Amino acid sequence: MILRGLVRIGQTLVVLLIVSFATFGLLKLAPGDPVQLALGAEYSETAYRSLQREMGLDQPFLVQYLAWARDFATGDWGRSYVARTDIFTFAVLEALPVTLTLASLSLFFAILIGVPLGVLSAVKKDSIFDAGAAVFALTGTAFPSFLLGILLIWLFGVKLGLFPVMGYVSPWQDPVTGLYHMVLPALTLSTYFIAMITRLTRATLIEVLEQPYIAAARARGEPRWRVIWVHGVRNIAMPLVTILGLQLGTLLQGTVLTETVFSLPGLGQMITDAVLSREYVVVQAGVMLTATLFITINLLVDLSYPFLDPRLRAR
Amino acid sequence: MSSAALLEVEDLTLHRGGNRILDHVTLSLAPGETLALVGESGAGKSTIATALMGLLGPKDARIEGHARLEGQGELLGMPERRWSKLRGRRLSMIFQDAGSALNPCFTVGRQLVTVLRRNLGLSRTAARARALELFERVGINDAEARLSAYPHQLSGGMQQRVMVAIALACNPDLLFADEPTSALDVTIQAQIIRLILDETRTRGASCIFVLHDLALASQSCDRIVVLYAGQVVESGVTAEILEAPRHPYTAQLKSCVLEIGTRDLDPPEGSVGSYAAMPKGCRFARRCPRALPRCAEERPPLVPAPDGDRALACWNPL
Repeated sequence: MILRGLVRIGQTLVVLLIVSFATFGLLKLAPGDPVQLALGAEYSETAYRSLQREMGLDQPFLVQYLAWARDFATGDWGRSYVARTDIFTFAVLEALPVTLTLASLSLFFAILIGVPLGVLSAVKKDSIFDAGAAVFALTGTAFPSFLLGILLIWLFGVKLGLFPVMGYVSPWQDPVTGLYHMVLPALTLSTYFIAMITRLTRATLIEVLEQPYIAAARARGEPRWRVIWVHGVRNIAMPLVTILGLQLGTLLQGTVLTETVFSLPGLGQMITDAVLSREYVVVQAGVMLTATLFITINLLVDLSYPFLDPRLRAR
Repeated sequence: MSSAALLEVEDLTLHRGGNRILDHVTLSLAPGETLALVGESGAGKSTIATALMGLLGPKDARIEGHARLEGQGELLGMPERRWSKLRGRRLSMIFQDAGSALNPCFTVGRQLVTVLRRNLGLSRTAARARALELFERVGINDAEARLSAYPHQLSGGMQQRVMVAIALACNPDLLFADEPTSALDVTIQAQIIRLILDETRTRGASCIFVLHDLALASQSCDRIVVLYAGQVVESGVTAEILEAPRHPYTAQLKSCVLEIGTRDLDPPEGSVGSYAAMPKGCRFARRCPRALPRCAEERPPLVPAPDGDRALACWNPL
């Protein structure tokens, strides 16, 4: 089990290497010569050469990549000339926590609402409730999240005045206000996932409830709620976690739109702004960060399997 | 039927998907008695057990008739909450394949301890001590370590021993054993059957075995109920039935065991056939060597014999 875990971590590192290589290539392919940009319209041949050497751009591609990777790993990500800040501070210390808070709160909502809804649908299969949940789920998947966001802003923010419409307060500094500001964005982002989890929970639980160990649990007098919520739900944990891990990429993509609609200063907005102002170094940092996040989470999902299913533990 | 019966089933009829799976099944069971339900696969033996355990909901099947448990009254039509109070405590069941009847995500010890704690209200330590004792009783060696094993870490025989321990944990009055050995090696089969018989006898519990193996039934059970396509064709004391079967189907089953020498009950000739196209009368009529014209038209009633504890449903018995 430990060996398999180490192999998985090794694989993850290889994937990270490939991603970083591709990300570095993105910068090289981007139009414009950084030396030319730095020197302005008029420069001499010698000035160009010396600056090129200074920036390390006269070196072969691979050497440049290694230097870049070393800088990246040590947190030296360069400066953003639009925002006039250190990119590492901007991306990792300011934008990343916003996106992480938004994503985890959405996931929390999705599980909190999706799993019970799916369980009830499975238990009351083919009932009016089940049909209603199916309609809700389909609507949730088909409805564009930005439109829902605007509707939620209009209803809860403008009409009812229950939730703040936009702005961001760090939940680390002020948990109550911070989370309060996050409720509407997180709900918006989670709709798709609530729907997905509902359908997935329903389908897998219906299958599990037909297993002999469910009948056996009933046969020894376990009450209905325990049969469903303990014996049933425990056995759908693994497929659920697998799909959630894979769908986290979609969730991270979703943060881009949600952050724009609710003007949250997260990674999504950082990348959007950087693309619009053609600041490729920042785009690169954003892409690397998002990719690392996604890969790490999938590694965690993989490492969690032996805990979720005893049959996968070493004998 | 004696008034002291533990379980009395009368005209148990079960429809599923428009087909009549059980057709007026009648049987009774005295306290401490061991009964075998025998018949080909698809005869409805397991269905009787699951129906009497209340495991079939209104969505699964439409159930009619009566089933009375001593001290409890009518079972059929009880709400789920009353069923779950009865199950595990007074009624319990051993399943065909213990490997899939144990939850793969929990240790076997936890599954046994939960039953003891929930049904008997034992404390955590008392339940654990009792679980250990039960494991030792059902012949699980190294019981202490086995308590924290997951089902997949045990052999098939060990898994079935765990099931026996769980089923008997709360000293039920009636145990259903649904083909408890058909997933096991022949050498272990006898051990498990003996274990179930010993444990139920010492507790004074009754047991209904679901078997497709007449030889096994004859060795282990006091009485036999022979089923064909959801109908009881003959019932009585094991020795009498085997010595002088009166229903042509019972006779054929017996000859299978004796002549071919196989232990499995292979269908005499042909197969049970579709439930959708059953004759109005005796369902065995199509395959019966002694069939009369009226057999397919008119259902022979299950008549108790005047001499002794025996019943037969046949227009032209041997």
